[in-house]
Amino acid sequence: MLSLLPESLRHDRRLVWATYAGLALLLCLLPFLVDAGMGRTWVRILDFALLYVMLALGLNIVVGFAGLLDLGYVAFYAVGAYLYAILASPHFGLHLPFWVLLPLGAAIAGLFGMLLGAPTLRLRGDYLAIVTLGFGEIIRIFLNNLNAPVNITNGPQGINLIDPIQVAGLPLSKGLDLGILTLSGVHAHYYLFLTLTLLTIFIALRLQDSRIGRAWVAIREDEVAAVAMGINTRNIKLLAFAMGAMFGGVGGGLFSAFQGFVSPESFTLMESIMILSMVVLGGMGHIPGVILGAVALTLLPELLRYIGPLQQSLFGRVAVDPSDLRMLLFGMGLVLVMLFRPEGLWPSPKRARELHPDSPDVSRQEQEDLYDASR
Amino acid sequence: MTPAAELLLEGREVTKTFGGLAALSDVSLTIRRGEIYGLIGPNGAGKTSLFNCLTGLYRPDGGEFLLEGKSLAGLKPHAVANRGIARTFQNIRLFANMTALENVMVGRHARSRTGVLGAILRTPGARAEEAAIREHAQRLLAYVGLERQSGSLAKELPYGDQRRLEIARALATEPKLLALDEPAAGMNATETAAMRALMTRIRDDGVTLLLIEHDVALVMGLCDRVAVLDYGRKIAEGTPAEVQGNPAVIEAYLGAGMAA
Repeated sequence: MLSLLPESLRHDRRLVWATYAGLALLLCLLPFLVDAGMGRTWVRILDFALLYVMLALGLNIVVGFAGLLDLGYVAFYAVGAYLYAILASPHFGLHLPFWVLLPLGAAIAGLFGMLLGAPTLRLRGDYLAIVTLGFGEIIRIFLNNLNAPVNITNGPQGINLIDPIQVAGLPLSKGLDLGILTLSGVHAHYYLFLTLTLLTIFIALRLQDSRIGRAWVAIREDEVAAVAMGINTRNIKLLAFAMGAMFGGVGGGLFSAFQGFVSPESFTLMESIMILSMVVLGGMGHIPGVILGAVALTLLPELLRYIGPLQQSLFGRVAVDPSDLRMLLFGMGLVLVMLFRPEGLWPSPKRARELHPDSPDVSRQEQEDLYDASR
Repeated sequence: MTPAAELLLEGREVTKTFGGLAALSDVSLTIRRGEIYGLIGPNGAGKTSLFNCLTGLYRPDGGEFLLEGKSLAGLKPHAVANRGIARTFQNIRLFANMTALENVMVGRHARSRTGVLGAILRTPGARAEEAAIREHAQRLLAYVGLERQSGSLAKELPYGDQRRLEIARALATEPKLLALDEPAAGMNATETAAMRALMTRIRDDGVTLLLIEHDVALVMGLCDRVAVLDYGRKIAEGTPAEVQGNPAVIEAYLGAGMAA
């Protein structure tokens, strides 16, 4: 977990723990602060931000660690979401408990990850991207059309009235009465999502610093050299697809239970690209960066909704339709980040060195060299 | 090398064609345990193709290699590495954005077994294995003289260091046979001498070496036996002295007129 902190902070143990304690306190109080300051809607947005952190961390395993450009990641999110929707809603009259369906969703999505991975093992870069994109679309189109002859997914109408998450026999969406204080539904979900997000971060960090994580990066760096070192690239790539997909499947199950409704519309290519943008914009392969990217890209479009009221107060009228301006500004933001920080907002120190050879580290060393030479 | 020395690797009539071009035709060779075996020949003679067939990157069209009497035919490259053949590449292929230490740690992959659950739960076994991997890698970096560069990214290292790092990474797989593709290419005399000392030391520590090299002086001084390839055929094999006097070899290198 230490690697989440900037290098300069790591030296003083007490400072490290103080930072963690502060961060923990902030994360605990956040929904209340946000609720008080910005309203309930924003707590809901916060919940979604956590959901996207999980998804982005999953995709980061495939794209960031193993270097496999996956444009169909949303398929696994859809698999998790629909699995929960089908097995816990009046659609089939099945009401399996959330705590059974969550691991099941992860497992099934992982299986789909391998199914997708298997035929793409020989592909790289652009070709892999196209095949995965196709896979994502296939899943969405299946969901859209599997309402006949047997109605499995209820087609474009989607599945409604999905069971909420139950805690101690009570639905989480109705809130949680803890005796001293009562949590609203969105607050309660925040804490559940936060716990699962922390678990996801933990798993991602542990995998990164392991033999498996090194093998993923080795494949990204040079597949031929990796295989010559005895790495079974087929298995290691399938493992990356499966692990990434599992995170997606968990995210899907949470989404389904949180929303109470799923339809194929939620799982478009745009969604895949959004998650990929979070990974790339945050800092590919760098877990803190990916978290930042996911949070930033969830909050930014929402913040841009204030463009309308802002115009009102600045110019006294709404000059440009805010919904037009919103995505324009969002897109412009992405372009600017990629132009000025191609390595992402918070890249790993290694990757920052790669794209900015004139960073302080290197130039300081050069100066030292010069100094040596002048003596 | 006594003639009775144990056979480590045997190539039996290995053939590889690309379209109509025979990169290797019926190449047979034997490498004994503990020797340094040189593979020389003009550009395009098929030396690297032979390496690729040996390490499983190419599938030979005919013939096979046997390591300690067991066939390597049909094995995937990672399985060949598991059997005990490690290699370096003519154009250095390091994991550029990993540190020197991490590069060597990747080499331990085949000799370690921690899975996903072990990695996530960091079981005592996984922890011990990870520590062993790190320790082994550090030892190998020191072995090739790169202990001070362990934290540098592979791509930031000077050329000579990259060559040595590639060797350390290959040694991490605990090979019985280490195949080096032009380890001294582009090096000056001092660096070549250091590389030579390193190769001798590796051999003395029990690893058999197969070596592609263009530097004839290096090959002649270092190798116990040498095979010469020309247009995909083995035209000579023997001690450096024997090969040097072979008319076919002189012809291959200098053209037909000089052999007379």
